[in-house]
Amino acid sequence: MTTLEFQNVTKIYNVRGSGQMKALDDVSFTLHSHQTIGLVGQSGSGKSTIAKILTQLETPTHGRILLDGSPIPRSGRGLRRYRQQLRMVFQDPFASLNPYHSIRHHIERPLKLDRVVPAKEIDDEVRRLLERVKLDPDAVLERRPHELSGGQRQRVAIARALASRPVMLIADEPVSMLDVSLRLGVLNLLADLQREQGLGVLYITHDLATARHFSDEIMVLNQGRVVEYGPADDVILHPEDPYTRELRAASPDPEEFFRTHAAGGAR
Amino acid sequence: MTDTLLSIRDFSVVYDVDPPVEAVTHVTLDVHRGEIIGLAGESGSGKTTLAYGVQRLLKPPAVITGGSVVFHDEDGTDIDLHSLETEQMRRFRWDKISMVFQGAMNALNPVATIGSQLEDVFEVHRPQLGRRQRRAAVAELLEIVKVGAQRARSYPHELSGGMRQRVMIAMALALRPQLMVMDEPTTALDVLVQREILKQISQLRHEFGFSVIFITHDLPLLLEISDRIAVMREGAIVELADARELWTNPQHEYTKSLLRSFPRLTGERGVVVR
Repeated sequence: MTTLEFQNVTKIYNVRGSGQMKALDDVSFTLHSHQTIGLVGQSGSGKSTIAKILTQLETPTHGRILLDGSPIPRSGRGLRRYRQQLRMVFQDPFASLNPYHSIRHHIERPLKLDRVVPAKEIDDEVRRLLERVKLDPDAVLERRPHELSGGQRQRVAIARALASRPVMLIADEPVSMLDVSLRLGVLNLLADLQREQGLGVLYITHDLATARHFSDEIMVLNQGRVVEYGPADDVILHPEDPYTRELRAASPDPEEFFRTHAAGGAR
Repeated sequence: MTDTLLSIRDFSVVYDVDPPVEAVTHVTLDVHRGEIIGLAGESGSGKTTLAYGVQRLLKPPAVITGGSVVFHDEDGTDIDLHSLETEQMRRFRWDKISMVFQGAMNALNPVATIGSQLEDVFEVHRPQLGRRQRRAAVAELLEIVKVGAQRARSYPHELSGGMRQRVMIAMALALRPQLMVMDEPTTALDVLVQREILKQISQLRHEFGFSVIFITHDLPLLLEISDRIAVMREGAIVELADARELWTNPQHEYTKSLLRSFPRLTGERGVVVR
């Protein structure tokens, strides 16, 4: 069991001309392997700042991050090892893959850099990873990102994230750029992989519906503060905080809509 | 309400590549005056090609291979869009049918103020207006969409995504068109901003009486905003029904599968197997 602790983190940005901006205000949570936490909130609420701090692209102003009780090294081999254990899947599969390189290259690279398997096993491992995300290796290996659909590209991005055999995965809006009809497929794939490998997943999204179905717990962020945290169904179906209620009311919900709008009534 | 504004008959578009792709095949659709009609479908279903094609906004290799589009103007004349000369078409566009494009950040010119971009619309289409009248019209538009007249001097990057999308709506509204085509107008916005924009669209529609063709793959959203929904697949409309009817009693297998494919906010758990 691996544990990732985000302890009392505050992040303040100095904004030129307008003083300081508090992006995160004393945020704490603990993510275990096998667990999914959904992180929801509108643009600017601090969701991505949490992802940046977790991947050490930003350092917290106050507070700390612990992986199995140890603080994250700031540099060198220790930081590299930390990043191997915690990987990210980004929102835009059109931007996160390099258009110049083949799919093989994308998956090979983390295998080589992190020396996951001996050199002679790399080919097999690449194929295995692509099969794990339900892509046919023979059909995609030598292709470039633009030759694949959005859903296929996001599967490649997931295979790449899994190549280093991480214990934690940060998925920042992994399905919001995909067609609605493909979203469940990719989320179910992530859920399968999580079950099999015991990954801890931080699912960052502004879509309350997928957050509810994909997460064990949901944390609601507003202007850098955690305003509500609890089991997914409780937070979405019985929100207590006014901001969570506002988010819930703004989310499309045809069931509720047709129940409350009488037939033929004005919209 | 059943007064028809736009009659699309047997409309087809082919992408003349090798092999040719039939993007829109024999589509017949009436858009009623004052209604919001939703075009639903996945990427590649032909919804955007249809909406652009009826205004003849497609570029080669797209070729309109058949059908007719007739616009029934509120002054009583019928305009056959495919018989208009280039200059007549240029004047027709934006005046009678305007568009709100996806991604307002890319649709606005980053080095011009939003006021001057709104003024451009009047300069081109209402050359008889003087500068002062144009400015007044721009100020009025920015007030209508609740951006505020003082924002005329702002550049696009100084506004939030939601504000920019409101500016796009103001621009589409400028000449008081009878039809607005909205292509994924809220897709890049977060839920709270999206809800505000949708409310505004509904409200303006009631106030000004225009019709809307609303294109999106987000079916939950479409069900809430549309009067009627046309579900497209492989270039054809497979089902056309009132939004409520489509929700409660979908007929086509494909519509049913689309409705099943999105997780319900308050529905049963278990759509994601965990």
